[in-house]
Amino acid sequence: MRGKAELFLIFISVLPFLSLSFSAESPKERRVLVLLDDLAIKSSHSLFFDSLKSRRFLLHFRLADDPEISLRRYGQHLYDALILFCPSVQRFGGSIDVAAIADFVDSGHDLIIAADNNASDFIREIATECGVDFDEDPVAMVIDHTSYAVSDTEGDHTLLASDNIIESDVILGSKKIEAPVLFKGIGHSLNPSNNLVVKVLSASPSAYSANPKSKLANPPTITGSAISLVSIVQARNNARVLITGSLIMFSNRFFRSGVQKAGNSTKHERSGNEQFFTELGKWVFHERGHLKAVNIRHHKVGVTDEPAMYRISDDLEYSVEIYEWSGTSEPYVADDVQVQFYMMSPYVLKTLSTNQKGLYSTAFKVPDVYGVFQFKVEYHRLGYTTLSLSKQIPVRPYRHNEYERFIPAAYPYYGAALSMMAGFFIFTAVHLHNK
Amino acid sequence: MAGPPEQAPAPGLRYAFGSVLSFFILLLIGVFAFSIRLFSVIKYESVIHEFDPYFNYRVTQFLTKNGIYDFWNWFDDRTWYPLGRVIGGTVYPGLTLTAGTIWWLLNSLNIPLSVETVCVFTAPIFSAFAAWATYLLTKEVKGAGAGLTAAALLAMVPSYISRSVAGSYDNEAVAIFALIFTFYLYIKTLNTGSLFYATLNAIAYFYMVCSWGGYTFIINLIPMHALLCIVTGRYSSRLYVAYAPLVVLGTLLAALVPVVGFNAVMTSEHFASFLVFIIIHVVALVDYIKGSLSPKMFKVAVTLVVSVGLAVCFAVVAVLVALVASSPTMGWSGRSLSLLDPTYASKYIPIIASVSEHQPPTWPSYFMDINVLAFLVPAGIIACFLPLSDASSFVVLYIVTSVYFSGVMVRLMLVLAPAACIMSGIALSEAFDVFTRSIKFQLPGLSGNSEVNAGDGSSSTVVAQNDAAKTDKREDTLKDRPSRKNKKKEKEKEHVEKAPVKSKVKRLLVLPLEASVVALLLIVLLGAFYVVHCVWAAAEAYSAPSIVLTSHSHDGLHVFDDFREAYAWLSHNTDVDDKVASWWDYGYQTTAMANRTVIVDNNTWNNTHIATVGTAMSSPEKAAWEIFNSLDVKYVLVVFGGLVGYPSDDINKFLWMVRIGGGVFPHIKEPDYLRDGQYRIDSQATPTMLNCLMYKLSYYRFVETDGKAFDRVRRTEIGKKYFKLTHFDEVFTTHHWMVRIYKLRPPKNRIRGKTKKPKSKGSSTTSSKRGGTRKKNPWH
Repeated sequence: MRGKAELFLIFISVLPFLSLSFSAESPKERRVLVLLDDLAIKSSHSLFFDSLKSRRFLLHFRLADDPEISLRRYGQHLYDALILFCPSVQRFGGSIDVAAIADFVDSGHDLIIAADNNASDFIREIATECGVDFDEDPVAMVIDHTSYAVSDTEGDHTLLASDNIIESDVILGSKKIEAPVLFKGIGHSLNPSNNLVVKVLSASPSAYSANPKSKLANPPTITGSAISLVSIVQARNNARVLITGSLIMFSNRFFRSGVQKAGNSTKHERSGNEQFFTELGKWVFHERGHLKAVNIRHHKVGVTDEPAMYRISDDLEYSVEIYEWSGTSEPYVADDVQVQFYMMSPYVLKTLSTNQKGLYSTAFKVPDVYGVFQFKVEYHRLGYTTLSLSKQIPVRPYRHNEYERFIPAAYPYYGAALSMMAGFFIFTAVHLHNK
Repeated sequence: MAGPPEQAPAPGLRYAFGSVLSFFILLLIGVFAFSIRLFSVIKYESVIHEFDPYFNYRVTQFLTKNGIYDFWNWFDDRTWYPLGRVIGGTVYPGLTLTAGTIWWLLNSLNIPLSVETVCVFTAPIFSAFAAWATYLLTKEVKGAGAGLTAAALLAMVPSYISRSVAGSYDNEAVAIFALIFTFYLYIKTLNTGSLFYATLNAIAYFYMVCSWGGYTFIINLIPMHALLCIVTGRYSSRLYVAYAPLVVLGTLLAALVPVVGFNAVMTSEHFASFLVFIIIHVVALVDYIKGSLSPKMFKVAVTLVVSVGLAVCFAVVAVLVALVASSPTMGWSGRSLSLLDPTYASKYIPIIASVSEHQPPTWPSYFMDINVLAFLVPAGIIACFLPLSDASSFVVLYIVTSVYFSGVMVRLMLVLAPAACIMSGIALSEAFDVFTRSIKFQLPGLSGNSEVNAGDGSSSTVVAQNDAAKTDKREDTLKDRPSRKNKKKEKEKEHVEKAPVKSKVKRLLVLPLEASVVALLLIVLLGAFYVVHCVWAAAEAYSAPSIVLTSHSHDGLHVFDDFREAYAWLSHNTDVDDKVASWWDYGYQTTAMANRTVIVDNNTWNNTHIATVGTAMSSPEKAAWEIFNSLDVKYVLVVFGGLVGYPSDDINKFLWMVRIGGGVFPHIKEPDYLRDGQYRIDSQATPTMLNCLMYKLSYYRFVETDGKAFDRVRRTEIGKKYFKLTHFDEVFTTHHWMVRIYKLRPPKNRIRGKTKKPKSKGSSTTSSKRGGTRKKNPWH
């Protein structure tokens, strides 16, 4: 009990840092709650856990049906991340339910879900909440008769060796994963219209999802590369979720085992699992691919102060600094960051130029339209957190004394008016004089 | 027309007495006009009323804070988001500048009044001015007696009170004064032929242009009158002096007002004045030539000029027609067109038709707004024809046109009211005149007594009589001045005119004494009835500020202060840059009272933008959410009267949202909302109606109030009682549910997979979610 109180005090003291999942320059230890079906997993998957611990994560292992567990207390979340290694749990102990986990993600925290072939409805429902549909058949597993992993016994080809890995340096690190990744478990499908979910590891075109123990009676519901083995979700608030249908992928056994893909003579000493999950873990826990924009500035050319309002046809400069978090803040370098000058539709769309040190800037002319505009930067890139910056700025028309006093084109009219006045004056004088 | 012979001695003393008396009467009329409009302050409080006055108040605040140049160049980014509105260039600045000047004057005299106080009392002050202007105008037409009567009538005419009670800080408050004063100066110029008054007239017209879009009434009525004078052979140099400088100076000055600008020479509303300007010059030229040529030469000249002139005219008219026809609305603004063709707005411009004050009035509203004046006006018109002068023909023309306009739009009843007062003033004063004189004539020995009996009515009419005689004489002398040729004719005419007048006076004088006394009593009774009605109207009907409502029931007075409650909530609980969407009626109030950005407001300049909001309100929740989200809207405000029976709520305005929305976005079809030709919200309502945003936001959780969801405005139980909102959260509902504020939900953080939820768990999660929203709700 005392330990808990202490923990709570520590928690309170680090609250300001926790409230932003990432803000301080020197990161505090981040708390991860690991829910297990069986405490044996703690040792059987220790390699994965150790890699997390070595990256200054504080892991709290609990049994999933522990009646003491809870995600939040007094309106504050107690953990930064949650790992669900409890595929068969029917209902959690304590106050955790689907809504609590959804709320946990919606408040910006990260989640890893691993299911297996006896995944409970509960776990499936959490996955569905995140946009991933596990095969509804409870006994189905992913079977692949062409790209299975060669093992001593012939087996039922449910142990897959997949190398359909997404090519993204930001998600999986710059080092290429040479060995195939071993997978044994249930597959899931994604809704193609859901742009928040990304397949990281997908099955080969010859895979299908069915019960390996019985003969295939009906056509399998999901087949081929529509089957996703490992998926990631980045929610709109940048919370990240990793979902896989195989808990055993994380195990020390799979991390250590060698792999040879069927029909391929190369035998790898080690499977790709360890590298795959270490790198993916870094991504999920925001150790990579997290962009931060600071110092959004705009001002008229030649003036440093930011005005409250622009005038039409002003020349302005816009700049923003973008940094990427990967352990430390580093300048983010890209050539595709664009700014919009937006009022219901973009009036100006410019690519920002970078000085390679994180500063992005551009200069443009305010369009000849007045209204309430926004500087908008909408930056969506695979693996990176979404940058969605908008800053409102009104644009006014000319003031009455900002127009030209005399227009050259109107000189004939000035002349006409003046000559008319003079003529009238002379006429009046003559007329009155002659009376 | 001269007074009785007994009165002949000491006329100077009586004039002095009369003018002192009329001065004090006028002073009292002014005080009366001011004080009758204070009911709203006494019964409620010193607040700005209704909708438009809030905008004017906000503009005045800006003016007093930032000065006139910033006001002129004010670009307001808090309305019509994201378009913004150039306030300086789209507002009639007269009222604002007037109140701002009053405030500045008072402050420089170390009288520290708040801007709001000045704004509240601007309208009563100007109604006193308007009463005085009426006196001046009627005096020019029919003498001081008629003037005083007309001023007294105008001081309390309900139609004008409805627009000028304390707190009703709207353009009309000063514009009616400006209107009457401009007319006065026109008549004054017409009577005197003085260029000085003509200049003043142009300046008064400028003030009117600054104040109100109704200035087009002046710039059409005066040309009509000038044309009438020309056609009826009453052209004189006085008419030229009254008319030509007004058009030239007035148009130049009008073009200085930013909101009018080049409209002063570009739109059809102003063409009549230019046309008459040309005609009057032709007539003047003809007149001049006629005077300097022999009759034979003149005939030759006429044929020459007429043939050439016709050709030129034809060319000019052809060009004009081509220019005008090239614009789709023939160069008229929508509002003017709906005046000329009363069915125009309801056919083509729902946004104009949707405003209740743009509807044609009902008969009872005439009796409500001008009461007994409606009966006196015909008598006044008859009096104006005895004899018909330039001035009296003008007021006849004024009343005829304003009766027509008031029949097209309720709002223009306001223009009718001064005309009706002038006419009734003339009628009453003439009637008094006739009756008292007939009494006097039949009791020659008791003339002094009769004067006492009749009170100041008779004395003032005597004064009036003398004044009238004086002006008549002056007119005679003036009329001598014009060209030699006209002189004879005019003299003949005068003889003809005078003869019937004299005979009439004699004929009237034989009225029996009893009949005269009874008639006098009846007139006084009529006047008393009018006064009672006016005071009642001022106290009961027109003093409600409409942001605070009251109702009397068996257990006492109920005050509904929901609007201010809601706006205060907005200003305290939302971010300063948040955008609030509501139907446009509440735009001005939201910006002025809550200081939040609105999408549309009562300045209905952009039909598409209003249609967008109307479409959102008539769409299902998801589509509405998308529309609002694209406009960066954070909160949606609806006004709902179903709980307390407040009839002008958004459900009753809903048909306009559908019509205006459907006019721009054809996927909104009115028949989808109609059952049996009606917008029904009961069990017979169409599915489209039951699923539209306005229905949902109005009736969300309504069933929790009484268990039956009985709508007290529509007097029915609503069609769909239990429903959830999927894209909006209720954040605030006022005490009487009159204003309900909803917040747009942020876009879903996650996108759910397609697998359907297991039944049991699904229901448990939704119920817990509902519990969550209910906890956030301040209501339970």
